[in-house]
Amino acid sequence: MTALSIFLVLVLLLVVFGLLFRLQILTSIFSGSFTRDIGFSNRANAILMIVFMVVGGAAFTWSFIDNYDKMNPPIASIHGHALERMFWTTMIILGIAFAITQVMLFVFSYKYQHKDNRRAFFFSHNNKIEVIWTLIPAIVMASLVFAGWKQWTKITGPAPKDAVVLEVMGKQFNWLVRYPGRDQKLGVVNYRLIDATNEFGFDLNDKNGLDDFTAGEIHVPKGHPVLLRIRSRDVLHAVYMPHFRVQMYAVPGMPTKFWFTPTKTTDEMRAQLGNPDFKYELACNQICGRGHFAMKLNIVVDEPDDYVAWYAQQKSFAEQNPDILASFKEKSDKLVTKEAAAVLTTAPKASL
Amino acid sequence: MAANLPVHSQVQGDIGATEPRIEHDEHLHHDEHHEQSFLTKYVFSTDHKIIAKQFLITGIFWAIIGGALSSLFRIQLGWPEATMDWLQPILGKWVEGGKLNPEFYLALVTMHGTIMVFFVLTAGLSGTFSNFLIPLQVGARDMASGFMNMLSYWFFFVSGLIMFTSLFLETGPAAAGWTIYPPLSALPQAIPGSGAGMTMWLVSMALFIISQLLGGVNYITTVINLRTRGMSMSKLPLTIWAFFLTAVLGLLSFPVLFSAALLLIFDRSFGTSFFLSDIYIAGQALNNTGGSPILFQHLFWFLGHPEVYIVIMPAMGMVSEILATNARKPIFGYRAMIGSLLGISVLAFVVWAHHMFVTGMNPFLGSVFMFLTLIIAVPSGVKVFNWLATLWRGNIRFTSAMLFSIGFVSLFIAGGLTGIVLGNAALDIQMHNTYFVVAHFHLVMGSSAFFGLFAGVYHWFPKMFGRMMDEKLGYIHFWLTFIGVYLVFMPMHYVGIAGFPRRYYAWTGFDSFSQFADLNKFISAAAIFAFVGQFVFIFNFFYSIFRGRRATENPWRSSTLEWTTPVIPGHGNWPGAIPAVYRWPYDYSKPGATDDFIPQNVPFSETKSSNMPNEREQD
Repeated sequence: MTALSIFLVLVLLLVVFGLLFRLQILTSIFSGSFTRDIGFSNRANAILMIVFMVVGGAAFTWSFIDNYDKMNPPIASIHGHALERMFWTTMIILGIAFAITQVMLFVFSYKYQHKDNRRAFFFSHNNKIEVIWTLIPAIVMASLVFAGWKQWTKITGPAPKDAVVLEVMGKQFNWLVRYPGRDQKLGVVNYRLIDATNEFGFDLNDKNGLDDFTAGEIHVPKGHPVLLRIRSRDVLHAVYMPHFRVQMYAVPGMPTKFWFTPTKTTDEMRAQLGNPDFKYELACNQICGRGHFAMKLNIVVDEPDDYVAWYAQQKSFAEQNPDILASFKEKSDKLVTKEAAAVLTTAPKASL
Repeated sequence: MAANLPVHSQVQGDIGATEPRIEHDEHLHHDEHHEQSFLTKYVFSTDHKIIAKQFLITGIFWAIIGGALSSLFRIQLGWPEATMDWLQPILGKWVEGGKLNPEFYLALVTMHGTIMVFFVLTAGLSGTFSNFLIPLQVGARDMASGFMNMLSYWFFFVSGLIMFTSLFLETGPAAAGWTIYPPLSALPQAIPGSGAGMTMWLVSMALFIISQLLGGVNYITTVINLRTRGMSMSKLPLTIWAFFLTAVLGLLSFPVLFSAALLLIFDRSFGTSFFLSDIYIAGQALNNTGGSPILFQHLFWFLGHPEVYIVIMPAMGMVSEILATNARKPIFGYRAMIGSLLGISVLAFVVWAHHMFVTGMNPFLGSVFMFLTLIIAVPSGVKVFNWLATLWRGNIRFTSAMLFSIGFVSLFIAGGLTGIVLGNAALDIQMHNTYFVVAHFHLVMGSSAFFGLFAGVYHWFPKMFGRMMDEKLGYIHFWLTFIGVYLVFMPMHYVGIAGFPRRYYAWTGFDSFSQFADLNKFISAAAIFAFVGQFVFIFNFFYSIFRGRRATENPWRSSTLEWTTPVIPGHGNWPGAIPAVYRWPYDYSKPGATDDFIPQNVPFSETKSSNMPNEREQD
């Protein structure tokens, strides 16, 4: 019943609106207002331009300041701080350009609104001024590019030799983590060996893989470079760690990598924010299907000592799954003779 | 006197334009006395003006669908905890236990992007105005090939029909994002939308590309060969330059998307491995090895990036024209405007990989594309300054079209500037695929191009339908939309700077992103508000077609050729001879002239009082 009455009210409103509109057109025809099209409405729109600029500018400024803290989540990596500075420097330059051009646009619109006694200024070009406003943006742009390029080459350059290495693998819809174990070497994996227990596709014929271990969350030491090796076993995913300013796609068939140096442990960050529940988070940032929005992994930044202790406690995958290890031993003879060429060629390809 | 000459048969005989012109003459005498059936006049028409209207009305239909889809997913984002049972009558099984199905959410996002980018802002914008204005403004009786032009529309129509049908599939429409990155788009095991929905998407896009190419070849040929006497390239209105270069971009880049689609069809249906490698999915290891998903992205963005210029350049051209007309001033820096369009067109082809900085592509390539990308900001900046200089010391009439043109400049600045952040590879590490990107491109190409479209419709409506749109409703529409767009996309930057990823069904699982619940609600409310505001336009548009006030031949007192035609131009556009052109299109408020505009077809010999020293008859 209420739905019906709401519907009726809406219909009536529309009818009233339609009638008013028709009435307005008829009166405008009667008064011949179309020929006097430059009148009050022109002035009203000119005033609205200025009102929009002032009110809109104020609202934007207020909301920006109001949200400033929220849009700056805490940063916890060395290059993250550098990028943060560059980001806000760029934004200030853009903000100035934005303010100047928008003010010119709205003020000109207001100031040069139609006046019966004015004639527009016939001004078709001016080479000098055109050269100036081509060169200034070009120079500003060049300096921004140069700063960006320096950071970019540094960030994407080779990781330090002593970096802690770990591998993150994306799958629908969670992340798997693997550490190289005591030998610091990640073993060979093969997507054809994947099953419910061997989720990474460990090829345990490779000695380097025997001490590799998996983990439910990422642990990294503070103040030490960390090299993420990234892969995907089904569709595209992207490793996105906003607190560390880290992002890299996970691509099936093409391992990728990204390195960074964390600067604050989880505990330090909790104390700093006064939030005992704070966690560093890794999100998937490339559309990957139904569970894309929930594909999360927690990251723990430890003090170096705690990290070493944690690392030592972990049991290798082979140790935890003796039956898989045994099955590899059985198959290894056959493999070498028959399938070796076909299966073992899937060592990580060069990517970056 | 020039008007007595049989103008159109003399033009540019040296490049072979004589023949089609004679044929058009026959058309003229032929069609004037020939009654056409409804079917040939309005449905299978070869008249560029009817085809333009077909593109426009189809575009409006798609814009309503695209906008409605965005309202649906904004409801989900704004009120993630709310029950959606009330949507069940429309969405049926896609509402599960009061919640929107997450896969359907992705389908909504995908179809919103596809529809808006291709069907509305490519076909609806360029298809409408290139078709309508090119022959009218260069002084031609019709397009070079009216038949191909008709085919162009009907390929688009069938393409749209297929896409529309795919919305109602059991497994849902394509849902891998409008960029359809494989493997997600290649494997139905990964998401149901990649089954029949994706097949129909690819078929539809293939037909769409054919439509674009048929149209593009026509636009280019018409501009090069069918200009009237005296209409040299340096006297073309900026609209024509923009449509011309847009067509060139489309002709060179759409085939690459076609190839990408074809290879994807092969991967999906015939077991090839162009884009697939080392995949274990749904409990099974696939046999595909050696393919590269990144290859697809290169192919896709080789179209995808020029595509954003295909969308924005026609809007730029129309805005230049409308700003000059309504500021009663020549466009500032006509040659610089052409130069910047040319610069943008060339650079558009060498910046595509800035969409791929963090895909694992070689970082050296990233550096190269960062340099090239930031160069393209320079011609865009020049355009903005020239528009501002055009307004400076003008005598501005705020028609609805003028308001939307000013709005266009404002939005183009707001969205364009953030491109400088995203084009910087180092900063893109954080911003890639966040709402910062979403806000950026919705302002700079989405909303701006829409504003260009609205400006064009308001401005050329009198020539299309012989009637005026209601100005008051136009003002209401403009202010609702202008305010609405800023309310949606300015706060979206904040969410993006904080790192909120795009294409997320809900953010509630992440501590980092869950702090923006209020802002998301606000954005959603503003988006729905702006969408509802568009019905003012739709009412105004359809009402005015039938009952708007009758237009005069040249209601805006504009100097380009289309305004020399009758109120409703017939087939062949000019009842008599095609006017010849003597001057550039922007002689507004010329010192010494009696009126504040001099049409392009007025010879210098008739305007002795206002001629510049170098302005004499050239023939």
